[in-house]
Amino acid sequence: MNQKPLPTHLRHRRTAWTGGLGTLLGALLIGLMLASPAAALPVGQPVEFETEAQEQQYQKLVRELRCTVCQSETIYESNAPLAGDMRRRVYEMTADGASEDEIIDFMVQRYGDYVRYRPPLQANTVLLWTSPFLLLVAGGLVWLQVVRQRQQVANHGELSADERAALERFRRGE
Amino acid sequence: MLKRIFIPLTGALMVLGLLYVGLGLDSRSLPSPLVGKPAPAFELESLEDPERMITEADFIGEVALVNVWASWCSSCRSEKPYLMALARQGVTIHAFNYRDTREDATHYLAADMNPYDTIAFDPQGDAGMEWGVYATPETYVLDAEGIIRYKHIGPLDAQLVREEILPVLEKLEAEQS
Repeated sequence: MNQKPLPTHLRHRRTAWTGGLGTLLGALLIGLMLASPAAALPVGQPVEFETEAQEQQYQKLVRELRCTVCQSETIYESNAPLAGDMRRRVYEMTADGASEDEIIDFMVQRYGDYVRYRPPLQANTVLLWTSPFLLLVAGGLVWLQVVRQRQQVANHGELSADERAALERFRRGE
Repeated sequence: MLKRIFIPLTGALMVLGLLYVGLGLDSRSLPSPLVGKPAPAFELESLEDPERMITEADFIGEVALVNVWASWCSSCRSEKPYLMALARQGVTIHAFNYRDTREDATHYLAADMNPYDTIAFDPQGDAGMEWGVYATPETYVLDAEGIIRYKHIGPLDAQLVREEILPVLEKLEAEQS
């Protein structure tokens, strides 16, 4: 973070060198991982499937499952070891032909409904799903009430003779 | 006039109430879907002896604790005295050594004392996933039939042992006899 910026020519040399090394290491890693993803899958690790459908299912699921350690991340983005394990499990199950529901059920059985970024509609989530609409209705009612009150004020007809007389007196400062 | 004050006031109080409750909740304490279910199956090498395989059957038979720990986990260190005290009281404690190396784990146990009866070595977190492990340390209570009856995520402390772990253990022992 606090490094002094390098002179331009050095910087170029450095990036070229590390870039090359990175690619080499990356290629090696990918090769190793594709051979047998026995360990947790690192973030951004490309995965390969036999069919396009499997690939799509994997990509969809890793974005829908929550990393339960780092609670505001999906397992797709999270660096936590647990997320790596979960990605690997999603990968393995998908490659084995498990369906989307089977994989989600597997995770829910172990980690609870909390792993789902899209919670199902059930008894304890009714409020979660309906509260935006309830708030909308409540807001609508308040709005109606305000409009009605304004109308009442606006419709308050002409002043009566007494009222006009009283107003006159006020004006004259009596 | 009264309505003018009353409505915003109730609104504000409701929001304050929600915030009070919501901010007081511990987002880490998630209900475990495994409580009430049988101990999940696994097969792992023993930490001490790679030749020996340990399965869930080794954990079942009496009321016992199952503790998930690792040598790299500092809060595991902090709860170890409580596990030692429980072991001294005669509580059986099984364990998963989670995402660790044999060398580090053995050092960790040798440097101090070892409260565990059976330790399954889980370097890849395979059994960890079956058991729904989030993060070390975690402690489960199994009854004699191998049903998970209680789970705590995070380190044990004196209060927790006194107010939760021991009562659960006593209740299960009483159920058994």
